Amino acid sequence: MLLIRCPYCEEERPELEFRNAGEAHVARSANMVGESDDDFEKFFFIRSNPKGIIYERWRHMHGCARFFNAVRDTVTDKFVMTYRAGEPKPSKLPKNSNEGLAK
Amino acid sequence: MAKAAAKTAATASPSAERRPALAGRTVSATGVKVEVLPPALRISLRAPEASVAALSKALGVTLPKQPKTSASKAGRTALWLGPDEWLVIDEAGKDPLANCAKVSALHSSVGISHRNIAISVTGPAAEAAINSGCPQDLSLEAFPVGAASRTILGKAEIVLLRTADEAFRVECWRSFSDYVFTFLSEGARDAAG
Repeated sequence: MLLIRCPYCEEERPELEFRNAGEAHVARSANMVGESDDDFEKFFFIRSNPKGIIYERWRHMHGCARFFNAVRDTVTDKFVMTYRAGEPKPSKLPKNSNEGLAK
Repeated sequence: MAKAAAKTAATASPSAERRPALAGRTVSATGVKVEVLPPALRISLRAPEASVAALSKALGVTLPKQPKTSASKAGRTALWLGPDEWLVIDEAGKDPLANCAKVSALHSSVGISHRNIAISVTGPAAEAAINSGCPQDLSLEAFPVGAASRTILGKAEIVLLRTADEAFRVECWRSFSDYVFTFLSEGARDAAG
């Protein structure tokens, strides 16, 4: 079982307590009515689906119930780091991220 | 909202017969006993940081601010569930909802006395019985006495509180109670075997 660090509970918890909530940092337009169809499609349907590092929203559903963001490697399925919702995308990932270490 | 809720509770007939789910059910196995606890008064409390002091004073128990902790005083226990969420359980018969109704600081308190039931799991094998369906580390180092957390047991969500070295209080929704009790009974039998 994966252990995921919840930034609100401040410890690693078993994955069964968590739910994935899609890609993180997808900004909703402030002027949704004025959006062109193409832009709306990009916002609503198109996701990056990278091979490697992905930024995702997760929710500690059966714990503190809070949403937070996580950086995960889609190749190794290892979590690189997690951070609170609303915080900006980390500019630097921890060094060991290339080796796919969870901590 | 809290005020309106308190009013309704006060007008409800105190003589109304309560029939708690699973009342009195008990299962014993070697080293572990699973039993349904008597009814208690409970509230679900949501409040921002600024209201915590006023609510703690009104409730008579300091709302814990550290994750996975609880505070207890005079039969009343406050469990940290999230950064702005607590479960307050009162076993002494004093309604915490009425206490919160007097607080003017911003908060939301909802009476959930009948939504939950409590099951106690006690004995040297209590930890193993709960771990049969709960993935958390329940060793004394990771989950000391007084530790509390919302988590899962099998397919149902529970709130777990360690009341002593070898005693846990499992809170679950009433409609899940049959499933949770049976799951814990099976877990107790496995832990004993």
